[in-house]
Amino acid sequence: MATTDSHTHGHHHDHDHHHGHNHPHDPIEVTEGASEYEIMVHAIKELLIEKGVITGEDIRKTLEFMDTRTPALGAKVVARAWTDPEFKKRLLANGTAAVAEMGIPMGDAELIVVENSKDVHNVIVCTLCSCYPRTVLGLPPDWYKSRNYRSRVVVEPRAVLKEFGTELPDSVVLRTHDSNADMRYLVLPERPAGTEGWSQEQLAAIVTRDCMVGVAIPKVG
Amino acid sequence: MSEVANAKFAPGDKVRIANANPPGHRRVPVYARGREGTIERICGAFPNPEELAYGFDGLPKRPLYRVRIRQTDIWPDYKGSDKDVLELEIYEHWLEKA
Repeated sequence: MATTDSHTHGHHHDHDHHHGHNHPHDPIEVTEGASEYEIMVHAIKELLIEKGVITGEDIRKTLEFMDTRTPALGAKVVARAWTDPEFKKRLLANGTAAVAEMGIPMGDAELIVVENSKDVHNVIVCTLCSCYPRTVLGLPPDWYKSRNYRSRVVVEPRAVLKEFGTELPDSVVLRTHDSNADMRYLVLPERPAGTEGWSQEQLAAIVTRDCMVGVAIPKVG
Repeated sequence: MSEVANAKFAPGDKVRIANANPPGHRRVPVYARGREGTIERICGAFPNPEELAYGFDGLPKRPLYRVRIRQTDIWPDYKGSDKDVLELEIYEHWLEKA
């Protein structure tokens, strides 16, 4: 059973390019009964179960597992990388294997970890749908899936980051990563000054979801 | 993922992404088509999503690369450092030597 969204597997995917989300939004209104897409999801689910491709138990287990996925997992990975140079090396060399060491599976996808420094900043997007390292960060925020973010962050990333309160000087090289195929991305932020001697738990507490997508930078205090 | 035994390109190679508009399920964003960039890394070999989308097995697996493109080469009026880059994943059959 797949545990991450994937472009390549026909079952259990909730990525959005099949779901007609390529428009700003439906009007917010009370509608009668299930929507066309809800009906479609139920129909496909029933067919997959009927044909023996997956079981209801598989679906239940996956939902239960996904509910345990939160940005706290990614924050733990970052805090360890900040305090364990050998782990950091392994994380940058092979993200999938390094997070597996910490008991975090990537499912069908592979993880690439990109490192911020005083000279380089990284930001993640999926322009084609909404691929996101779900097993490391949980479900993506709505803005990550919005057409606005997806279309603009590749064209004018500095303006988009500024709207998130992150202003980069021109001396910092900005790398925008489009996760348009089989890889998922996690930003390893730069450890902020003033955190010397902190425990991994203290460090993890300042690593937010947005820092690991690259639209924010960890702040002390 | 699988290791790539016979990858056509290596990190640092200059490549051009095909400027093609075939119908069907394609995972090459239109903004990247026809652009030149540099191989940043080989990601591995994966079943071809253009085939998987229609119920085929996508085999043989295709080498997948990360291509780094200068933002100013994609958007002539890009606002930001001329060192800013965009990186994305491109299958080998969309790439040619630049």
